[in-house]
Amino acid sequence: MSNYNVLIVEDSPTMRQLIVFALKRIRGLNIVEAGDGVDGLKKLSATKFDMILTDINMPIMDGLKLVSLVRSDPNYAAVPIVIITTEGANEDKERAIALGANAYITKPIQTTQILDVAKRLLNLPA
Amino acid sequence: MSEQDDDRSASRRAEEFMQVFKRGAEFTQDLLKENERLRYTLFNLEGKLQTGSVDNDETSRMRKRIEELEQQKEEILGRVRKIEEENADFANRYVEIENENNMLANLYIASYQLHSTLDFREVLQVITEIVINLIGAEEFAIMLLDEKTNKLQAVMTEGLEISEVPSIAIGDGLVGQMAKTGENYFIEQMDNYERDFHHPLVVIPLKIKERVIGVIVIYKLLVQKSKFAEVDYELFTLLAGHAATAIFSSKLYSESERKLSTIQGFIDLLTK
Repeated sequence: MSNYNVLIVEDSPTMRQLIVFALKRIRGLNIVEAGDGVDGLKKLSATKFDMILTDINMPIMDGLKLVSLVRSDPNYAAVPIVIITTEGANEDKERAIALGANAYITKPIQTTQILDVAKRLLNLPA
Repeated sequence: MSEQDDDRSASRRAEEFMQVFKRGAEFTQDLLKENERLRYTLFNLEGKLQTGSVDNDETSRMRKRIEELEQQKEEILGRVRKIEEENADFANRYVEIENENNMLANLYIASYQLHSTLDFREVLQVITEIVINLIGAEEFAIMLLDEKTNKLQAVMTEGLEISEVPSIAIGDGLVGQMAKTGENYFIEQMDNYERDFHHPLVVIPLKIKERVIGVIVIYKLLVQKSKFAEVDYELFTLLAGHAATAIFSSKLYSESERKLSTIQGFIDLLTK
């Protein structure tokens, strides 16, 4: 199986651990964690990632700002971005998709949800 | 002469005609006989066909083969039905295992995070994260028992100010009663619920063995969360025990650190 680099941007260690736990079920993933948007951007400049999962509400730089910055970078114009958030309103979802997110998962999340979305966006067999 | 000739000729033609007519009559007789015979044969054959007595080796062999194939078909259909049932069973089992896996993952992570620190504020932060991210609550409070006043006091809130949450005496109202008995409370009807500090959605007493040290009180769930799942009840049970010990340990640790620092201060004073 090919190796994929996946970046998780989430300020909650509990959520990060849960997302990592879910994604580890996919073989061949290199998972990198960041605690906020700025940290995420630093890590994006150091490695080429195949998928980004980000929270919206984070200190320093929120997820939506991160999504718009990532999308403005030609290297990351097409990389799949997954938003994981507590915001369940349709307007939030539409805003995230309009900014360039590919999928939107609301909390509380289930590991199977993350797994399904990650496989779909990385074109891996279900 | 000519008249006699004519008579003879006419009589010969009449004879010839009679001969032909006779042959025709005989032929017709033969045809009628043949027809009768064939009718009889046909009648016999139809009778045999109806009673099924027309049978020869090939027919009986074919019949037997058809029966065998019919039996095999039934057996195969039976097997297919059994496999389909098994398949549905496996699919259900798979879903159950996935749910169980999801539940265990949540419980493992919650437990791991709760015991990952000895800092009191960090423990409260972890409990908050668990209640938001794993359970899906939007407004809630963590209340601890003040043993001097015997009242529950909010020490951490989410979605509301600490000052908004009234302190509650043990035994008073629903929250105080749950803290007294140590029993979990879940509201029965969640629809159209509006925040009421004295009648929350959920009350989870934080217990060390039978001793209640506080409660987690939930007033509102995230908009996308309409009801509790099985995993939530497991998480509540875990929180009741593990969050209590984590809070208690961190408080003890903070106190011992403070005492140690005070003693160290005295020692420093005495030795200087």
